[in-house]
Amino acid sequence: MILEKFLSFDDIQKSLENGETSVTAIVNYYLQNIQTKAHLNAFVEVYTDSALAQAAAVDQKISEGKAGRLAGMVIGIKDVLVYKDHEVNASSNILKGFVSQFTATAVQRLIDEDAVIVGRLNCDEFGMGSSNENTCHGKVLNAADETRVPGGSSGGSAVAVQANLCTVSLGTDTGGSVRQPAAFTGLVGIKPTYSRVSRWGLIAYASSFDTIGIFSRNVKDNALVMEIMAGPDNFDSTSSKKPVPPYSELLHFDKRVKVAYLRETIESPALQPEIKANTLALLDKLRKEGHEVEEVEFPLLKYVLPTYYILTTAEASSNLSRFDGVKYGYRTSAAHNLESMYKKTRSEGFGEEVKRRIMLGTFVLSASYYDAYFTKAQKVRRLIKEFTENLLNKFDYIVMPTTPSTAFKFGEHSNDPVAMYLEDLFTVQASVSGVPAISIPNGTDEKGLPIGIQIIANSFKEAELYAFADYLMDINQA
Amino acid sequence: MISQEIKDKYTLVVGLEVHAQLLTKSKMYASDSTEFGNLPNTQISPITLGHPGTLPKVNMKAVEFAIKMGLACNSEITKYNIFSRKNYFYPDLPKGYQITQDKGPICVGGFVPVVLSNGEEKSIRLNRIHMEEDAGKSMHLAEEVDTLVDFNRAGVPLIEIVSEPDIRSSDEAYNYLVEIKKLVKYLDICDGNMEEGSLRCDANISVMLKGATEYGKKVEVKNMNSFRNVARAIEHEFERQIQQVEAGETIISETRTFDATTGTTASMRTKEDLNDYRYFPEPDLSPVIISEEWLNSVKVAMPSLPRELFRKFTQEFGLPDYDAGVLTDSKEIALYFEELCGLTGNYKAASNWMMGPVKSYLNELTLHIEQFPIKPVALATLIQIIDEGKVNFSVASQKIYPVLLANPEKSPLEIAQELNLIQESDEGSLKPIVESVLAENEAKVAEYKSGKKGLMGMFMGQVMKKSQGKADPKVATKILMELLDN
Repeated sequence: MILEKFLSFDDIQKSLENGETSVTAIVNYYLQNIQTKAHLNAFVEVYTDSALAQAAAVDQKISEGKAGRLAGMVIGIKDVLVYKDHEVNASSNILKGFVSQFTATAVQRLIDEDAVIVGRLNCDEFGMGSSNENTCHGKVLNAADETRVPGGSSGGSAVAVQANLCTVSLGTDTGGSVRQPAAFTGLVGIKPTYSRVSRWGLIAYASSFDTIGIFSRNVKDNALVMEIMAGPDNFDSTSSKKPVPPYSELLHFDKRVKVAYLRETIESPALQPEIKANTLALLDKLRKEGHEVEEVEFPLLKYVLPTYYILTTAEASSNLSRFDGVKYGYRTSAAHNLESMYKKTRSEGFGEEVKRRIMLGTFVLSASYYDAYFTKAQKVRRLIKEFTENLLNKFDYIVMPTTPSTAFKFGEHSNDPVAMYLEDLFTVQASVSGVPAISIPNGTDEKGLPIGIQIIANSFKEAELYAFADYLMDINQA
Repeated sequence: MISQEIKDKYTLVVGLEVHAQLLTKSKMYASDSTEFGNLPNTQISPITLGHPGTLPKVNMKAVEFAIKMGLACNSEITKYNIFSRKNYFYPDLPKGYQITQDKGPICVGGFVPVVLSNGEEKSIRLNRIHMEEDAGKSMHLAEEVDTLVDFNRAGVPLIEIVSEPDIRSSDEAYNYLVEIKKLVKYLDICDGNMEEGSLRCDANISVMLKGATEYGKKVEVKNMNSFRNVARAIEHEFERQIQQVEAGETIISETRTFDATTGTTASMRTKEDLNDYRYFPEPDLSPVIISEEWLNSVKVAMPSLPRELFRKFTQEFGLPDYDAGVLTDSKEIALYFEELCGLTGNYKAASNWMMGPVKSYLNELTLHIEQFPIKPVALATLIQIIDEGKVNFSVASQKIYPVLLANPEKSPLEIAQELNLIQESDEGSLKPIVESVLAENEAKVAEYKSGKKGLMGMFMGQVMKKSQGKADPKVATKILMELLDN
């Protein structure tokens, strides 16, 4: 196949410019790949008809010289982003058969620049999970080792790019759901600053944490998609009004910077030895390149996960109340009155992890425990945010491993939710603080499984984050 | 029934929560129409239905309306407004939570002065006014087994006006509600219609022994669909709670529902099985910040309020309190009257016209003043020609006014002339009429002269009859006196 070389959007654009290929041919290539790799279970639904129709329209525009900036890009979207007239389930039985009446702002902006939406991608139910095992669509296999999880919750989105089933994909990241699977699959995955990308059309898990992120093979593709997707949106009053810099044109990096790494992350007993070694090796390279690298203490690390789980489950318990069998989605057939309709619908429709988090969230918001949990967690969140921002005023970046371990086996953490929650140990700090963070590949472990490294920058410093990430990718390959 | 003697031992304590549906064109957090009375589920966007992926957006007009009410009630306006979620499950609540304000309502404190039936004035303090959204409507149709839900109303903006427990009688409660209704109508932020549900009231009622410093346990009463029923429910609760206390039983905190047919209340649920609403800050809305400029622009645009107009009518126009009260009862009447008074200096005559012929015409045809055909300028002219002695009041009200109602484009003077109603106030033309009346009644003239002065009225009547009502009574009397007393 002539298209095997298309591993970056630059390649695709060059071939389109040279007239070597067409958007329709590119879409067909990916459709073929999706079929071949169907067993990975990344795609929940392939939009063959609408994707080919879009492709034909973009080809027409190219011939008229009117194509948008993403002409030739083929994108898969996580099953929590809505797309008009297409089904969306959030990987939950409770939304079986639900068809959205509108399109998420982020998705619409990509379509407006002539990207083709090729299908929706498997994930953990409502974004709750770190292994993509909590899904009504069946588990997703990691293409690096099919006996292992791809990470979660955006596991399908990760594998879709990893296995070359689309050019880039959209995921969502509430506590690490883009960065952790990116690390497990050897990809670039970003969680932007909270409020940088409109949440209109993102099915909420925890509203004050949810962000839309991107998976890609390289930093430039990621930056390009982000600069188109980000920006103010009338439909989301919490979206930032700040202008969006052209990230993909600001990748040039030639300054000396100050980098902090957190002692507690490197010294964490949960950290896999090869990850520690690779992280330290990269920090060494940075020192050798003349950057200032300093170890700092992060005494709040042990409070980060509890804070995250109290606040996100509280918001989730409320956000998921609308799925009650009254208006849309699944409704039990076994109800005999209103209360049993609610109970049975929700008991049958939601998966175990979602129910666990709804109960947790309901508990921490209940009158008797509100101050002990919710109010306290809000205060600790402020402390973590202040600590992180202060640190990022002194340093340009914080660098740490994305995950404590590489991709684990299916079922390894299934019976131990707390062990599963520990997967997010390093990713939740940025989520709790609202700052942007990116995971990029940083070698492999002794089994050949990808290792990720995470870079955090201060709020709205996506341009600086992308440039540094691109630079790190370069020095790592050198 | 309990005796007055026992009743007198207790003090009634009432606080009212009034929900007012705001007259915005669109909903509190969505652009759907708020129009009342359309087919069920025709004003339901994905936002209203809480479709996954939707987010609310605050209707700034609703915020402005809430500010107006706060200013009218002397409340403090909160600059930094956050919203909260009130979580509970009910089929008419699409998101499973209501977006409301919990901590930090838009209006804090304030008071509403109320005139009681005995003429005394009392200030009812407000605790707060906050913004929130309405729920849909559950409907149980006769031929349907299932409950149906209409979401047209879901998301319609409301303000909730919460009073302090300052109300001490059903009469105070009634008058407070009248005042609230007057205010929202003057401000044009709510149509004030309690029967259609655009104004709703819950009452928190308790009793305590006179002189006690601590309130009794309060009972919340719902489902009263008129001011009258609020008063009835309070009366009933007052007696019921006293009876219970007298019998040595304790009052339990509960929610009771009012039954208009029996005038009694019945328990709905006790506090123990009340929902834990799990309020927390709404993360889907950014805070609404009310700038000084915005607040000032709302202040500048505030319409005249009933109390201000009342003061103007009594102090500037010198009208009795009674007149001012009637004329400020409705904003439209008050504004018509104010305009009228700008065109005539005879305020009392203007008031008499408003309360007499104008009101009876409106009442008879059940019309609003907006539908009243006669423009203030025509009514002012009518008052003027009476003052000038061209016609008298009874001719004006009985003969000119009906014609004017049917032909509002005509001038009153024109009508008077056409109907030949201009008074004879010219002595020269009246004198022959008087003389002929006296000539026709020689016997009576003799009686008058021998001391039966009461006959004056009879002569006057004859003169009026002969002049077809056009004789100026003052001039006619003068001529009569001259001729008779000489």
